Amino acid sequence: MTMDLPQLSLLGTTALLFEAPGETSLTTQRRIWALALEAGLLPGVREAVPGMNNLMITFAEPPRHRGQLEHRLIELWHTVEPLPAAGRCLDLPVVYGGDGGPHMADVVAHTGLSVDDIVAIHSAPTYTVYALGSHPGYCYLGGMDQRIATPRRKVPVLRIPRGAVSIGGSQTGVSASDGPSGWNTIGSTEVAFFDVERTPPALLQPGDCIRFKTIRVLR
Amino acid sequence: MIEVLSAGALATVQDLGRTGALNLGVGTSGAMDPLALAAGNILLRNEENAAALEIPLLPFRVRFTRPTVFAVTGADCAPRLDEAPVLPWWAHRADAGQVLSLAVPSAATWRACRAYLCIAGGIDVPSVLGSRSTQLRGAFGGLEGRPLREGDLLPVTETCGRAKTGFGITPPGLALPLQVDGLTAVRVLPAAEYDSFTPSSHEALWSEPWKITSQSDRYGYRLAGPELRPQRPMELRSHGIVPGVIQVPHGGQPIIQMRDAQPSGGYPKIGTVIEADLWRLGQAPIGSRIRFVLCNWDEALDALAATRRWLTNARRLVELYCNLGAVR
Repeated sequence: MTMDLPQLSLLGTTALLFEAPGETSLTTQRRIWALALEAGLLPGVREAVPGMNNLMITFAEPPRHRGQLEHRLIELWHTVEPLPAAGRCLDLPVVYGGDGGPHMADVVAHTGLSVDDIVAIHSAPTYTVYALGSHPGYCYLGGMDQRIATPRRKVPVLRIPRGAVSIGGSQTGVSASDGPSGWNTIGSTEVAFFDVERTPPALLQPGDCIRFKTIRVLR
Repeated sequence: MIEVLSAGALATVQDLGRTGALNLGVGTSGAMDPLALAAGNILLRNEENAAALEIPLLPFRVRFTRPTVFAVTGADCAPRLDEAPVLPWWAHRADAGQVLSLAVPSAATWRACRAYLCIAGGIDVPSVLGSRSTQLRGAFGGLEGRPLREGDLLPVTETCGRAKTGFGITPPGLALPLQVDGLTAVRVLPAAEYDSFTPSSHEALWSEPWKITSQSDRYGYRLAGPELRPQRPMELRSHGIVPGVIQVPHGGQPIIQMRDAQPSGGYPKIGTVIEADLWRLGQAPIGSRIRFVLCNWDEALDALAATRRWLTNARRLVELYCNLGAVR
């Protein structure tokens, strides 16, 4: 088996999942955005939804024979021109630790780093919005330093609040509304990522970016 | 209008769900038992996608403020119009001021836990991002984006009193049963990480009963059963998921994503309950046990065709009855 082939898998009869090969990267993501534009136009496809270096294609009508669609997706993957990541950048003030960061201790325990190290490492990069998902307006961010990667929780938490800044595996993000999550929450911020009355309803879109500005570190 | 006199928690306005907003992070929502909602609408000659009330916790009581044609589908919850018992899965007319009461579902006919109150013309709340379904996480859609409570007034259309009454259909729980060892069964297509689980996990998935725990709701069903173990720990990149996906968090107890599920996730996926069987899950009560049945792509599509055929037949019968009535 070669490692540079994309993987296709089924999500029941509702959708197909396309997983790009290789390490997670912005270059790959820019190709995913391009593939999404093309795949969304294919016959029988309802929506093409980018994830982190992957793409979900939902069926308007699940085809009896999937071969042609799958073949076309692979073909497009090899021919699309990556889209640019040229969006706007949002600065978010973050209070790390304390009541707003209940799982900071778990990240400390897993990484062996100090709270100050984790905060410094987490707030250093400019994070690119790779995709929207999870819940209305939520942004999946790329570019987290792998030294603070921490596995998702063994059992998801039933409710984490809007504005929670959290780490799940090798990713980080900010909750756009209260809800369940399997990620480790290390801090909190204030921002309205989604307003259904607004056009478009989501504050950010793929290609935009986020910077975290440390306001306070609570221990 | 329909006035809510008493509502258990978590009754909501739902249609068949919101498609086209996944790229905003907005999940589909929609009826947990789409077959009951569509069939109720067919009885009233509505569009299959018209909005209705989904009622998961009973008892539940409403008052009709004007003459209204309605059908109660889903769980058999002994509906009464004022004091008189009325049949579920049947089109009825209520006079202005009459009260409809739904009781705790009886398990005598088949086990189900959600009732749908469908109204001729549908519940007339605004369509938001292409659907009238309540998006609880986003707090929009349905009635003010929230569950119903006592005193709520639900808008109906001008045509709410005009549909024909006096006929019904056989519920799919009786017409399309699927059980293994006396338990509700649902068919599953293996998902991306299926092969990465241990052989004993595969064995357990297909041969053991799975209990729907009390931590189950419209977002997902958390199951209890034997521990499912990957051959080695996996941390996946977040990706799109759909209702029916069976995720296995690191604790080893699976979670089936349901209608209010997030449109993306990252836990390993051992399989997906096929779309044609999601209604069975939607009606499986907390505390009950279910079985998973392995299926392939063709069988999954055949199952989808069978549910559509059932709906088409229902519509044909209703049209036949209504047209005969017109001739007389």
